[in-house]
Amino acid sequence: MAQSTAETLKTTPLIERHIAAGGRMVPFGGYNLPVQYPTGIMTEHKWTREQAGLFDVSHMGPSFLILNNPSGDAEADHAAIAAVIEPLISGDIAGLKPGQIRYTLLLNETGGALDDLMVGRSPLFGGSLYVVVNAGTKDADFARIAAAAGDRAKLTRADGDNALLALQGPEAVNVMAHIAPGAVDLGFMQYGAFDFADQKIIVARSGYTGEDGFEILVPNANATALWDALLADDRVKPVGLGARDSLRLEAGLPLYGHDLNETISPIEAGLGFAVSKRRREAADFPGAARILAEGEGGLTRVRVGLIVEGAPAREGAEILDASGTVLGVVTSGGFAPSLGKAIALGFVPPSHAANGTTLQVSVRGRAQSAQVVETPFVPHRYFRKPKAS
Amino acid sequence: MTTKFTPDHEYIRVEGATGIVGITPYAQEALGDIVFVELPSVGKVLKKGDEAAVVESVKAASEIYAPVSGTVTEVNEALTGNPGLINTDPEAEGWIYKIAIADAGEIDGLLDDAAYADLTK
Repeated sequence: MAQSTAETLKTTPLIERHIAAGGRMVPFGGYNLPVQYPTGIMTEHKWTREQAGLFDVSHMGPSFLILNNPSGDAEADHAAIAAVIEPLISGDIAGLKPGQIRYTLLLNETGGALDDLMVGRSPLFGGSLYVVVNAGTKDADFARIAAAAGDRAKLTRADGDNALLALQGPEAVNVMAHIAPGAVDLGFMQYGAFDFADQKIIVARSGYTGEDGFEILVPNANATALWDALLADDRVKPVGLGARDSLRLEAGLPLYGHDLNETISPIEAGLGFAVSKRRREAADFPGAARILAEGEGGLTRVRVGLIVEGAPAREGAEILDASGTVLGVVTSGGFAPSLGKAIALGFVPPSHAANGTTLQVSVRGRAQSAQVVETPFVPHRYFRKPKAS
Repeated sequence: MTTKFTPDHEYIRVEGATGIVGITPYAQEALGDIVFVELPSVGKVLKKGDEAAVVESVKAASEIYAPVSGTVTEVNEALTGNPGLINTDPEAEGWIYKIAIADAGEIDGLLDDAAYADLTK
């Protein structure tokens, strides 16, 4: 976490709401955001799994990448904008349907992840993509994408002028039915524009908790109105960054800068699904040589999930084999409120990565037992629509 | 019976030659939900300022230091099954360990009620 002074911290349009709700404000990604509200991380976490949690994620980097000279042919314009961003990432963007979103990776030339991000194809216009990147990397990501686009397309940042809210949990859909009724027809990883107050909001059925839910881009002028409208529903409580982290960890989702960085490839990180089939066959993404070789089994380390006996093993804790030889390191670890035990993500050689393998983690100089388990630790409950024929 | 405090937010309640050590309500509030407590072993000899225990919240681990020198005589085993006692009742049921005080003079160097209240204002 960056050490910023209060003077240089950015705020979101919801800062007054967070303070009024008793949010404990901390610097995160350059922003002043609540790590928790008075009920605490445990309660907020469980509420999200059972009802609906509301998160302010305005520190993230939403943007639009739009073709400069569209032909008016939606398919041709989509192919043209996909061709702008695909050389930077691992995903098949050309193959997206209108309104469909894909989780993908921004890669460097050696196949390391510069970021993980969401890319959506506009449901309305050809030649327009909705691109959402991480807070800590957004300036570099946007510069990289804009440079690659040159005069073919324009990247317009949507952070700053908009708030980004996440509504997550099994009741999220029933809450959204009263806010933007059309949004409940979205399937997982689809998005659309809907009316709220006097303007449009962009609603994506996506999130970072493993639950069904929505991520909503709302203009600053309407941000507090949307926040208040969502919280007016008894099923919704505000949730801070602390529970956001424990929820995503249980869901086995990587946190950029921890479980994923510029040295870690998608295959090592267990994100092979984010390297689309068409892209693999064409080998036309950065670092393809390394990533394809790793996909064939040429791996020296791979991300695993661990259930840890006893004290939580935090980031940086060494992972050992049964005889005490160091194998790797924990990249995220903590207590899983839904499971009542400590869990961790970390990297070990493939020889020690099979589910059920008993390893150890070193916590304050003592070796504790840890077992390799499948991730997610808590099953995902995304809303997937039946495939249209 | 007196209770004294450290600037690190431990309390020690002195009962004769024994001190009962825990963390203050202010500290538990700041740490949030406690999910794990690493207790010292009985018989462990501690110098003032030594790391005596560790309390873990969902997010982070925090060391609990010895307010005075001495020997651990008893630990609160109830915290193993129910670490949340530190949140719900830090000053009574959420005590962490008892220590046989080696040097009563060290007690005088700790903060009293008023000084600790000033610190956490």
